[in-house]
Amino acid sequence: MKLKKAWLAAVAASTVWGAASMGAAQAAEQYLGLPSYRVGAYAAGGTGVFGGWIDYMKLINERDGGVNGVKLVWQECETEYNNARGVECYERLKKQGDQQNVLFAPVSTGITFGVFERVPQDKIPLLSIGIGRSDTADGRVFPWVFPMIATYWSQASAIVGYLGKREGGMDKLKGKKIAVLYLDFAPGKEPFPVLDRLAQKWGFTTEKIAVAMPGNEQQAQWLQIRQMRPDYVILLTYGVSNPTALKTAARTGFPADRIVGWWWSGAEEDAMPAGDAAKGFVAGAFNPAGTDFPVIQDIQKHVYAKGQGDMQDPKRVGSTYYNRGVGHGIIYVEALRLAQEKFGKGKPVTGEQMRWALENLKLDEKRLEAIGAKGLMPELALSCLDHEGSGRVRFQQWDGAKWVSVSDWIEPDRELVRSLVEESAAAYAKEKGITPRDCSKEQ
Amino acid sequence: MGFFLEVLIGGLLAGMLYALVALGFVLIFKASGVLNFAQGAMVFFAALTFVGLTERLPAWLGLSPEWAGLFWVALLLTAAVMVLLAWVVERFMLRKLVNQPAITLFMATIGLSYLIEGVAQGMWGAVVRGLDLGIADEPVMWLLERYNLMISKFDLIAATVAGVLVAVLALFFQYTKVGRALRAVADDHQAALSIGIPLQRIWVIVWAVAGFVAIVAGLVWGSRNGVQFALTYTALKALPVLILGGLTSVPGAIVGGLIIGASEKLAEVYLGPFVGGGIDSWFPYVLALVFLLIRPEGLFGEKHIDRV
Repeated sequence: MKLKKAWLAAVAASTVWGAASMGAAQAAEQYLGLPSYRVGAYAAGGTGVFGGWIDYMKLINERDGGVNGVKLVWQECETEYNNARGVECYERLKKQGDQQNVLFAPVSTGITFGVFERVPQDKIPLLSIGIGRSDTADGRVFPWVFPMIATYWSQASAIVGYLGKREGGMDKLKGKKIAVLYLDFAPGKEPFPVLDRLAQKWGFTTEKIAVAMPGNEQQAQWLQIRQMRPDYVILLTYGVSNPTALKTAARTGFPADRIVGWWWSGAEEDAMPAGDAAKGFVAGAFNPAGTDFPVIQDIQKHVYAKGQGDMQDPKRVGSTYYNRGVGHGIIYVEALRLAQEKFGKGKPVTGEQMRWALENLKLDEKRLEAIGAKGLMPELALSCLDHEGSGRVRFQQWDGAKWVSVSDWIEPDRELVRSLVEESAAAYAKEKGITPRDCSKEQ
Repeated sequence: MGFFLEVLIGGLLAGMLYALVALGFVLIFKASGVLNFAQGAMVFFAALTFVGLTERLPAWLGLSPEWAGLFWVALLLTAAVMVLLAWVVERFMLRKLVNQPAITLFMATIGLSYLIEGVAQGMWGAVVRGLDLGIADEPVMWLLERYNLMISKFDLIAATVAGVLVAVLALFFQYTKVGRALRAVADDHQAALSIGIPLQRIWVIVWAVAGFVAIVAGLVWGSRNGVQFALTYTALKALPVLILGGLTSVPGAIVGGLIIGASEKLAEVYLGPFVGGGIDSWFPYVLALVFLLIRPEGLFGEKHIDRV
């Protein structure tokens, strides 16, 4: 009798479990694999970017009930900003149940390099906002890679453009001496071709000085800069090398307002540890910091007020890294929306459909305003030919406690940057035997 | 000449800061014959605990964040945490590994470093923090005005602190009973135990002292570059210092630090431009390697003779 009861219980339990699983399978969900980094040397950046992204997805689920009723679900994998782990995460996140990952965004140039030849085979679009490599902006050669908003090349050009504005015109850069202090890793060197061509075009000189990883000691480099007496220093450093650079610059008497960094030196975590030495320092940004944006306020209202926020320290909501993550989330959700409009509303999309949507994504001022993100990111318009979609950068200055915007969106030298992109992409296509797509035939 | 002197003095002062980290390695090696891979993680853990406490203590105890005694209370509590860490390490790791080969102990410290890094970030979060010790990081004005030399006040004070710490530790090892016991333990665990030296207590003492050194190193480096995970990398700067100065010599850490600090800066400035720059990360290792060929035990290390 006891055996019979147990048998019946097992059957009942399995029926309930089966029904529950069928229900789960039937509920429309869109899976996303997130290769985050929450521990290790770059955890401050990782927790901010992926925290912002996750909070935006929570907002969409909580406030809108998902995208056309499709709930957003995600799975994280810890990369520790390590290339080998990143590739491992890429493989692990590829599938969950019967759903394929529809977007891979490692927020790391090294991991991007590690997987960017795998994504066409797996049909998973690779989103590389604000990281390398710049020539992947040519969508004819790299149909699966999307270095959106601005590449390192556009950024380098925008930095020079900003310096030109500060001087009162690009022609005023003639005869100027610019030191380029770079962290000796692939992204640190990527802007060089653009800087070299712009130096030739506008008549300024550059002196490049390497800082070995991790860059926690830079006295020799800054003493060289002191002796060189440049008009400006362009700072291409990341992580600990940022506050170290600012502190050492102050120690050697170089004024912070003459140092212009890229966006990987433009977070609160980069300037704040340097204390007063960072006051006046200027850095590029493709997303400004701040909590005034309606989308950020919505996150606070719908996510944090209910105690569901992803950030361990809610005070970081609205920081540079956090807002960058929200920007990632907006692009993901808007592409998802577009893919559903084309391939069927209320259904999860595939990687191929996502790729199409990313390539046809257009976010104008009107749409950004509707999302509550006007000013949080520049307008975007991607195409088969152009996977960058913007290239514009704005600049912020550290006032000792926070970043303050000191410029509007600055355009890069499009002609120069695009010629470099096409030149480099063509060389890559030739080397790999790739026939570039004919964009006139793409829909 | 002025520029050369500036690079040289700057390098010597930076070398003292490397020596500060190297000291922690030397202490533990002297007492247990193990190269403590977790020393960098301990520096990070100590600094993060200190800053974390200064942030949270006012809320916990209802004090003003501006209260002058906050620094000292946080420092004392951090020291207590480092003693606790030493006890935990001895109780749960070292005690099980008595008389095991050095490589086993070394591997255990690798695991320990990951554990400490994870616990530190788990306890206090991954946010980068600033640390102001109230020492101005600006040039000494009379040197600048008289000789056009830019020498940082902060570096001078930090180097003095490192020097004092070395002197105290050297005296401690040479002239105290505990110091002699530490040296005996380093020579042979079992022999030390057989003559009644309390091995376990000695290990707790030496790991706690290494923890105090980690606090000083963490505060100095954290104040320079921010309290963040990268503090663990300061260990990379200490390794060539150890090879050069010898793993068992406290004054050796200082001399090694001075040589490494000065040579890496001079190499970066005068050789760097010919090889693309950024050589100060690997040049000290090359120098240490060359040194190893000439004097394998380091400048002040004990010569090891095995009878066959």
